[in-house]
Amino acid sequence: MSALDIDCPLVEQTLCGFINEEIGKFGVGKAVFGMSGGIDSTVSAYLAARALGPENVLGIIMPYKLSNPESQAHAELAAVDLGIETLVVDITPMIDAYFEVFPDADNSRRGNKMARERMTILYDHSARLGAMVLGTSNKTEILLGYTTIWGDMASAINPIGDLYKTQLWQLARHLNVPAPIIDKKPSADLWEGQTDEGELGFTYEDVDKVFYELIDRRRKVDEIVADGFDRAFVEKAYRMVRDSQYKRRMPLIAKLSHRSMDRDFRYSRDWGR
Amino acid sequence: MEFRVRLAQITPTLGDVEANLERHLEIIGDAESADIDLVVFPEMSLCGYHVRDLAAEVALVDGSPQLGALAAATTKTSAVVGYVAESLSYELHVAAGYFDTGNLLHVHHKIYLPTYGMFDEQRYFANGHHVRAFDARLAPMGMLICEDVWHPSNPYILAHDGAQVIVVIANSPARGPRDGSWDTAEAYEAMLRTYAELFGCYVIFVNRVGYEEGIHFWGGSRVIAPSGAEAARAPLGEEALVDATIDLEQVRLARIATPLLADENLDLTIRELKRIRDERA
Repeated sequence: MSALDIDCPLVEQTLCGFINEEIGKFGVGKAVFGMSGGIDSTVSAYLAARALGPENVLGIIMPYKLSNPESQAHAELAAVDLGIETLVVDITPMIDAYFEVFPDADNSRRGNKMARERMTILYDHSARLGAMVLGTSNKTEILLGYTTIWGDMASAINPIGDLYKTQLWQLARHLNVPAPIIDKKPSADLWEGQTDEGELGFTYEDVDKVFYELIDRRRKVDEIVADGFDRAFVEKAYRMVRDSQYKRRMPLIAKLSHRSMDRDFRYSRDWGR
Repeated sequence: MEFRVRLAQITPTLGDVEANLERHLEIIGDAESADIDLVVFPEMSLCGYHVRDLAAEVALVDGSPQLGALAAATTKTSAVVGYVAESLSYELHVAAGYFDTGNLLHVHHKIYLPTYGMFDEQRYFANGHHVRAFDARLAPMGMLICEDVWHPSNPYILAHDGAQVIVVIANSPARGPRDGSWDTAEAYEAMLRTYAELFGCYVIFVNRVGYEEGIHFWGGSRVIAPSGAEAARAPLGEEALVDATIDLEQVRLARIATPLLADENLDLTIRELKRIRDERA
């Protein structure tokens, strides 16, 4: 048994309870989320449909003209399996109109813009339906900063943000997510042939093991290298966590008064709930 | 002597003392109708856990109408309630109140306030300075709050001070899902059972459930007899009212069969502890 193995039935029960209670407390019984056809958003969809009932969730599919058609097909496959409603919003007109003005933008800027475009659509439908936006980022990508701040990282609540990618694969199998979604190579699907692991230069399996030692067990880089991991790889992972810390924090507010947000004005989000 | 206890494994509303109080009074009223002798609520049951800057707002002073309402409701059925207490010198304590025969009979202030890892309690609260057994109508009792029980000196002192029943109220967050339970739940199970057996006493443990700030509280409230046997257990992760019978004769039998308390060399313990303290000074 690996240290990264999770008790899937208990995790499912706990995360469904989390979705139910943290959404229900605000007098809301509905959730809306983006469905990319990837494993993260699919697992979130399965959890939300089980927690709130399929009739209370909406999956929004937001392809761009260069998106792999397989992505949308996988999102629809999952939605049919769950019996949940979906909405397809093509983001090509908005994205292309913008980059007509800035035609020199590189892939990274284009990818971030698409992620933020999708976020605005989710929040718009959140307001339309009185639903909460469910986050679909996992612990590995949040730690790596392999996400877009205020884009795919934006949500009201995130049920899967404390699960490493390899743990999500375990949970996906337990939830009976269709096999093609579990078996395919993870991809942000921003350009043809893009894969996460190709772009990152290491596998999720390896980086999850390093993160478990580094983060969960609070061990040092040297100790992990002594375990047999490649030094350059461990140092790169460590650097990526450090350099993306700003993405995991709220914006800095310049302090002037005696009580500033979250410094000496400290209240819980669930205040009065 | 036997008495009936009800474990009130509930989810409080964060920061809403009035709503929580109403629920307490309802549960105490129902317990009285069911001939229950003692109802035990979790830590901070009147206010919820993550009060942070609300601590002063939800704090109750001796003689407050809320504590008065609880006293008035406990003329027959006793109750242990968790709240934030404000002292005469304006310190805020995490408190356990024992309401007995229409009075707030005894208050325990949480001694050990975890301020590490996910915890931040020392920032908002002041430490308690006493751990004392007291004579309740039903039995000689002692109370501890959550982190207090991770320090074996506390149940040790309570047992030697005469407690036959130790009530532990908690807000323990679930961490490490494994084999149908949580790492935290397993640790508590081992500790509570060890205390019941080593100190020849009943342990009544009540932990809250529900979610706050994304944190899940695992529940799993229980009663453990001096033999180490479980007299009752509430489910993991959901609200429940679970009843158990406490038979104080079991305390007598356990202490006669295995007279660990009687054999304890208090002088040796005190002498050695003093030496350790002096050497550190």
